[in-house]
Amino acid sequence: MVIDKIRKREIEDNIVLHEEHKKADIPVGKWVKCNNCKEILYKDTVRENYSICPNCGYHFRLSSRRRIAQIIDEGTFEEFELNIDNVNPLQMEEYIKKIDGLREKTGLDEAVKCGKGKINGEEVIICVMDANFLMGSMGSVVGEKITYSIEKAIELRLPLIIFSVSGGARMQEGIMSLMQMAKTSSAIGKLDKAGLLFISVLTDPTYGGVTASFASLGDIILAEPNAMIGFAGPRVIEQTIKQELPDGFQTAEFQLEHGFVDKVVKRSEMKDTIYRILLMHKNN
Amino acid sequence: MPKELSAWDKLTIAREPDRPTALDYIDNIFDEFIELHGDRQFSDDKAIVCGLARLNETNFTIIAEQKGRNTKENIERNFGMPNPESYRKSLRFMKQAEKFNRPIITFVDTKGAYPGIEAEERGQGEAIARNILEMSRIRVPIIVIVIGEGSSGGALAIGVGDEILMLENSVYSILSPEGYASILWKDSSRAKEAAEVMKMTAKDLLEFKVIDKVIKEAKGGAQKNLKAMSESIKNEIINAYEKLKNIDKDELINRRYNKFRNMGEYKTKA
Repeated sequence: MVIDKIRKREIEDNIVLHEEHKKADIPVGKWVKCNNCKEILYKDTVRENYSICPNCGYHFRLSSRRRIAQIIDEGTFEEFELNIDNVNPLQMEEYIKKIDGLREKTGLDEAVKCGKGKINGEEVIICVMDANFLMGSMGSVVGEKITYSIEKAIELRLPLIIFSVSGGARMQEGIMSLMQMAKTSSAIGKLDKAGLLFISVLTDPTYGGVTASFASLGDIILAEPNAMIGFAGPRVIEQTIKQELPDGFQTAEFQLEHGFVDKVVKRSEMKDTIYRILLMHKNN
Repeated sequence: MPKELSAWDKLTIAREPDRPTALDYIDNIFDEFIELHGDRQFSDDKAIVCGLARLNETNFTIIAEQKGRNTKENIERNFGMPNPESYRKSLRFMKQAEKFNRPIITFVDTKGAYPGIEAEERGQGEAIARNILEMSRIRVPIIVIVIGEGSSGGALAIGVGDEILMLENSVYSILSPEGYASILWKDSSRAKEAAEVMKMTAKDLLEFKVIDKVIKEAKGGAQKNLKAMSESIKNEIINAYEKLKNIDKDELINRRYNKFRNMGEYKTKA
């Protein structure tokens, strides 16, 4: 269920340079190497360009904080305060320690940030997952935060936008994580019945229990270019069928071609695209 | 008192080649069964069996994950690992059940949804997600019975219901212990250890309130006495249906929503 062989991409917010580049005396922290074209880029230039490689168009992974800054009007984001914390249902030794460590390191509370905000003045409920926190995996807290947000959208009669990035259901919470798929999907069912819009945006990578629940249930499903999207991870598939996977398998473009994504949208055009879709759902 | 079996012992029983499959129970429990095929879109995937069954005076829609009972049948049924077409076939019959106000019984028994190229091309994730959503609001009673292995989204895709029952030696988990050990510890040979930490037995899940009832098995497992096992399951189906049949439809849906809404373990922040 959790992703296994997604290319280890360096996360834009805490880049570590490869040995050879350290040797080349490039100041660590200011430069970043594109995972696709291998060009060494000035970090600020990349950031000013939506964290897209100016050379080849590769989309670097984005933290939830930066994502919100790119999509939501400045100063309008109000994060939901649920005041809930993880427990350790399987009593796994390292789990809570790991969570505490990640909180310290990333400044994140959990693998999703949820709240209310505006997109060019249009009010929305938005959830943004974050790969920096246990690969965006969904356990009880993530499931509860997302379900709360969906119910909030129903209560306030607002459109819902979820940016997914996730390896799937969170292994460390066992069956409880699996049940979050039922919980979130049932809530999307209610939102659907209430006649409200849900835009699901798939970013790199979206897999497992997140693909097999709310992420695939958008009225409109957008994806970022080249994002890896699927149910089973590539390594599991390769081991099962004992053959190599074709080029381009499980990319956003592959999903578009097979009819599971409505539109592949560049990050630089994401806010405007969502805004235009929001307007198309007004006054009916 | 006899020693409690470990999770691994139970999993071993659940995986025994002579463990009764869904069709074995269906043949023994129902007075009549008519199997019906196909998702009306692409094919008839044989890892899930669907059909109509009668028990006393009540007609049910049956949706059952079906492992093969020998090598030939296992190949035909893809070892009980459904492709998206199986889930879409299930959904077709669930909608049909709703139309004719017929209660639904699902039998869960799978190592997981099939991880293959074609399954991905045809939207395995979407098929599972869609089933979960629709099952949460189908306006007839749904009784779910885990009879062997209930693994991952492949199990949950037919597992959203009003009463969730598990045979004593069956398991229900986020993933197979092999997969779990491989992901968490990068070592699938630690599956036995994983089985013990995952809390995947019927007893564990009852404590978690993920399931409603455990159905006892004969000593050594269900295969020791298929007739008796079928009789117990039949009685539990009758009991569960008695409980559900007079509940108002809106109330039934609310109840089901809240059942899953309340699943999750977290605490208020200190």
